[in-house]
This record gives sequence, C-alpha cells and structure tokens, in this order.
Amino acid sequence: MTSQQLSGWGRTAWTVADVIETTELSEIRSAIASSTSRGVISRGLGRSYGAAAQNAGGTVVQMTAEHDPMGIDAILDPISGLLDVAASVSLDSILRMCVPRGWFVPVTPGTRFVTVGGAIASDIHGKNHHIDGSFGQHVRSLALLMSNGETVELSPEQNPAWFWATVGGMGLTGIVLRATVALLPIESSRVRVETERLPNFDAVCEAMGSDGSDDDYRYSVCWVDLLATGSSMGRGVLTRGDHAAASEVTKGEPLAYDPHLSVSAPGWVPNGLLNKWSIKAFNEAWYRKAPAKRHVGIESIPAFFHPLDGVNKWNRLYGAQGFIQYQFIVPLDRTDVLRAVIEKFSRAGVASFLAVLKRMGPQNLAPMSFPTEGWTLTLDMAAGIKGLAELLADVDSMVLDAGGRHYLAKDSHVSPSAVRRGYPRLAQWQATRDEMDPTGLWNSDLSRRLDLIDHRRNK
Amino acid sequence: MKNGVGVAQNIVLFGGTSDIGQAILRRVVKPGVAHLVLVSRDIDAAAVASEEVIARHPDLEIHHVRYDAADAASMQHVVAEVSESIGDIDIAIIAQGLLNEGVDYYSDPAALIPLADVNFTGTMVLMYSLAAQMRRQGYGKMVLLSSVAGERVRKGNPAYGATKAGIDGFALALDHELEGTGASVLVVRPGFVTTKMTAGMKKAPFSTDAESVATATEKALNANKKIVWAPGLLHWMFLILKNLPLVVWRRLPL
Repeated sequence: MTSQQLSGWGRTAWTVADVIETTELSEIRSAIASSTSRGVISRGLGRSYGAAAQNAGGTVVQMTAEHDPMGIDAILDPISGLLDVAASVSLDSILRMCVPRGWFVPVTPGTRFVTVGGAIASDIHGKNHHIDGSFGQHVRSLALLMSNGETVELSPEQNPAWFWATVGGMGLTGIVLRATVALLPIESSRVRVETERLPNFDAVCEAMGSDGSDDDYRYSVCWVDLLATGSSMGRGVLTRGDHAAASEVTKGEPLAYDPHLSVSAPGWVPNGLLNKWSIKAFNEAWYRKAPAKRHVGIESIPAFFHPLDGVNKWNRLYGAQGFIQYQFIVPLDRTDVLRAVIEKFSRAGVASFLAVLKRMGPQNLAPMSFPTEGWTLTLDMAAGIKGLAELLADVDSMVLDAGGRHYLAKDSHVSPSAVRRGYPRLAQWQATRDEMDPTGLWNSDLSRRLDLIDHRRNK
Repeated sequence: MKNGVGVAQNIVLFGGTSDIGQAILRRVVKPGVAHLVLVSRDIDAAAVASEEVIARHPDLEIHHVRYDAADAASMQHVVAEVSESIGDIDIAIIAQGLLNEGVDYYSDPAALIPLADVNFTGTMVLMYSLAAQMRRQGYGKMVLLSSVAGERVRKGNPAYGATKAGIDGFALALDHELEGTGASVLVVRPGFVTTKMTAGMKKAPFSTDAESVATATEKALNANKKIVWAPGLLHWMFLILKNLPLVVWRRLPL
C-alpha cells in the first residue's frame, strides 16, 4: 500500500489515496478490512476522464493485469464465443487474444486500454450503440466482491436488480472480479469503412438521423468541426462501416492483428499547445483530407476504432492544467439543442480537438447507464480556459432542460442536481446500491462530488 | 471535492468580514460550489459582507460559524465544527488578522498579545487543524493572507510585520511538510491594500485594492502556485529591498 496522487485521464483534480495494486482476492479483502471511513474504490487503467476511479484520503484498489506473467486470465469458448475473463484484463489484451481466433469485443470505446471491470462499471458504448447497445448488454454474468467481503454471481436472470445496478454503477456497488462476455464473430481483422464529408450541421443530422441510412451500418460516428462558422457551421466527416468479410481482405491473413503504439506524447508539453489556432488548422486539414465524395475503403481495427491509441499518453497534450471531456446526450428530436450548444462553444472560442457526434439506440435496464435514444456529442477542451465553469454550467442547463444528461465516466464538473435531473432512475439505483452496500464502503471522488451515496442513511 | 474545472465544492472563509477574503470569495465561488462557510466574530456583519456572493449564487448553501480569532486554543474545535456541518473542506481562506494601527504599545504593551494570537498563534493552530483535516481528506487548499510587511519588518508597526513574517515562514514550511498528502498552502503577499483595515492610513507606494489581490489569488490557485504577490511587481522590488544593507534600508522613505 502506497500513498499516491491520482487523477483521471483528463489530469485534473488530483487527490491522494492509499493505493494497493493487486488482483488477489485475499489482498483486496484485507485492504477493505483495513480501510478508513473514506472507503474504497477500484481502479483499472484510469481512462475515465474525471474522478470516478480515485478516492481522496481513502483506499484505491488498482486492478490491472497488463503484465501478468501467467498470461491473460481469460478463457474463450470457441463455439459460443463466450469469454470468461478477469475484470482486470484490458480490451487490448482481449483483442490480441481473440481477433486471430475470429472474435471481436461486442463494444469498444475510442480506446482499447480499458479494463473489463471499468467497461462494466461505466457501461461503455461505442460506434455500434444504435445497433448493439452498450457493453453491459453483452455481459452474461459477473462475479462481484461485496463490501461484506463475500462474492456473488450476478446475471440478468440471477438477481437482475443487483446486476443492472452494477452495470453503469461506477464501481459503487462492489468490485467486479470476473465477467462472462459474449463476443462478436468476425471473419477478418479489417473494417469496411465508408467515409463522407458533410458540409454543414443539417447534412450531418440528415445523414445520421432522418434519412434512416445509419441503421444499415453496424458502426457509425461523425467527427464535427466545432470551429467552423457561418454556412459550414457543424460540418463533419462521417465514417460508417462493418467488419469486412474474409474475401474482402486482399493482403495477408484475414485475421492477422497487430496493434502497435507508434509514438508517445513527450513528457513535457508547452501549455497552450492545443489552442484555438492550432486546432483550427488541424480541423481544416482533417476536413480537407476526407474525400469530398463518398469513399469506401478497408481499414485496420486500430485505425478505425482506436485512432488515439496510436499516440501513447496523448492526454498530456493539453499541458499542466489538463483537460476535460464533455459528453452529453439529448433526445433525437432535439437537434436544435445540439446546434445551440455547438454555437455556444464556437462563440466562446472553445476549441475542441476531438468533437464527435453519434446517434444512440434505446437505453437498457441499468438505471445509471448513460446511453438513451438520442444524439450524443463529445468534446474535449483545455481545463484552464477562462470562464469555463460558467460556460459549462450554462450548457449543462441547456442539456438538462432538453431532457438530456451527462456521461459520468467522462464527467469532471457537473453538480449533484444535474445527475438528479438527468438520471430519473437515480433514486431506484441508490436504493439498490444501499441494499448491496449498507455500510457505505464504496466511495470515490465522483460519488462525493455528486452526492451519490447518502452517508446519513448508510450510518 | 474540487472538480475538473477547478471549482471547489466546499469553501470556508476564516475572518468572514475581511475585504480581501470576500473579494477572493467573489472569484472562487462559481457554479458548482455547494457550501460556503463564513467563520467570523460577528455573524451579522459577515452576512452583510457576503451579500453579493450570496445574491449571485442562489443555490449556494451558506453556513455561519461564530469564533474568536484571538482564542487560539479554540481553533481545533472551530475546524471540527466546520467539517461537521459540511464534510470536506476543499478551500480554506485564512483572512483573519489584526493590524492594530495606531496602538501605542509603549503605554499598552499587553495589546501585543491579541495581535500575536490572531495573526500568528491562532493562525498556526488553525492551519495545523486544517492540515490534519485535509490530510485525512487526501486533498485541500489553504489560502493564507500574509503581507509584504513580513518580508522585511520595518518600523511603524514592527509587531504586525513580525507576526506576518512568522506566519509566512510557517505557512511555506507547512506546505513543504504536507508535500505528497494532497493538502497544500498558497501564501498571498499583498502590498498596501486599500480596505477598511487600512482606512485612514496614508497609502504606501504600489498600493493595490482587494479586487486585484483576489484576481492574482485566483490565477495562482489555478496554476497551483505556492506564493503570489499582489501586485506582482513587489516580488522583484523585495528581492532588492530584502538585501539592502541596513543603513540604506533604514534611510528609505517607506
């Protein structure tokens, strides 16, 4: 156990906790037994942007199995595609193990460096949400370590209330130890991608929404240029695709998979490297680089799903004060709010290096799961921007007034009331959570900021 | 908890009627702040002083705690009382202070005792009490209002300067001692600030106002600095002033 400073991927709001790095059940149990009233939270690869996996003054159980000499703790059933895997294993490891055997993870976010435990706790989504839903919907069962030290098996059939409270529960119901995940069969390690440039926001909304074509593609996402103004406001590059058939692969083994990290961001980056002007130049180049006419190509898994993983530690690019990622969702018919939000950021001169828009499918049974039918917009921005707190508070209200909400795995600023308004099933989740953890052991900086755990009730 | 855009959830001001303290509050209280605790000798006066902050943030929960800053021994209980009512203390602004301008210590040397108790002894007890709480929390920031008067103590009000010199040195070393715990200190060194504390006094060169001190403080908080001078020019001036030979220093028309 060592005292360590931790932050999320955004490198803001650092706090100190006692960190124990282990995947051994007995060691986790003794860490729990010796924890203080500040409680315990588990942490995987630290890819949530805000404070979900840190616990100021308390205990953090760091569970990552990246360098496990015993190899990857996962068993794949080659017939059913069911993967029995330790929660500490990353999607990166799973892909390395399973892609060559013809199986793909059912859901992947923009990075493959997340653990299975984190994927469940955040109920992560990917470019296929409108077709396949979120990660939790592909979990057949999971083993959870409870605050009383016991482990329970949970599944959608066996104690569904506890299962769905854990899916999207931000680690506040217990520590996921193992899970059985249904993988997706693939014929090749390539993706057939259609790329098209869309000149303005109306075109983006039409292509992804009203024309209905989105449902013809398993994967769909649109990069949006937030700095474009006037008639090109909200212009974007739409990429849609599906796994390519073996016959479409002309070079090499169809299932060959070799992700590699190309470069690392330098350890020291001048503050302000990513500013309005550099991002504007990047956006222009990115937009121009995309083909003007619809173009079909074959891409690798890393190139299509995990472009940012090509730069190791890219989160340092924002400099010392770090950055925040803002992701919200609004109902399908509220493209007006999307437009207003984009205009507001654009007018405020807030430059976002990455702004992506996606149309999401229906929500699942998990009360705290983020995705729900609608549009989700994700943008990142330097945390040190002047007046950002006030600006985001305004945008929060616009989102909430439209019946939308914020993604807790990304969040690093919303207020307790924003979660109460955005997640109408919060009280239901809290009741289940309290039943699972009557002593209020599980705690994180996120849960403290958002008042997710009622300590008065738990005492 | 501090959030990703630097907004603290719970803020406490010790010396609730302080002009500089209130000016800092107007900067650091933003959307997202949940609780504000005003610790003061006179609750009504602190409420009046905070009117602007309160009006601007209708969702903010305001708490009042009464204390006597000269009762150094009570500080530990004051901190306990504050954390009892709001939980974690994210930012503590320590603005308690006496100037005792015009007091004739030759005829009333005992008047030095409350000065030392408020500015030095009580502030030390307060800061150690806060440090203990913030170490438990794994994070937390103390903002100490020091003064350039402590940089090189001079005649006129040597006792005030001495208390500031003492508390300034203490605070910096405490910050050093707290390294790695998540708790830290920002020392604010204003020059002559036109406030009610200095009302009626002759303005010193490079005087400033509470708003400017607050602006500099907010910037320093965001940048996670250890010391901030207000105005910033004083930093360079004191590099020279501090090292002047005594004979020269004593002749300066300061």
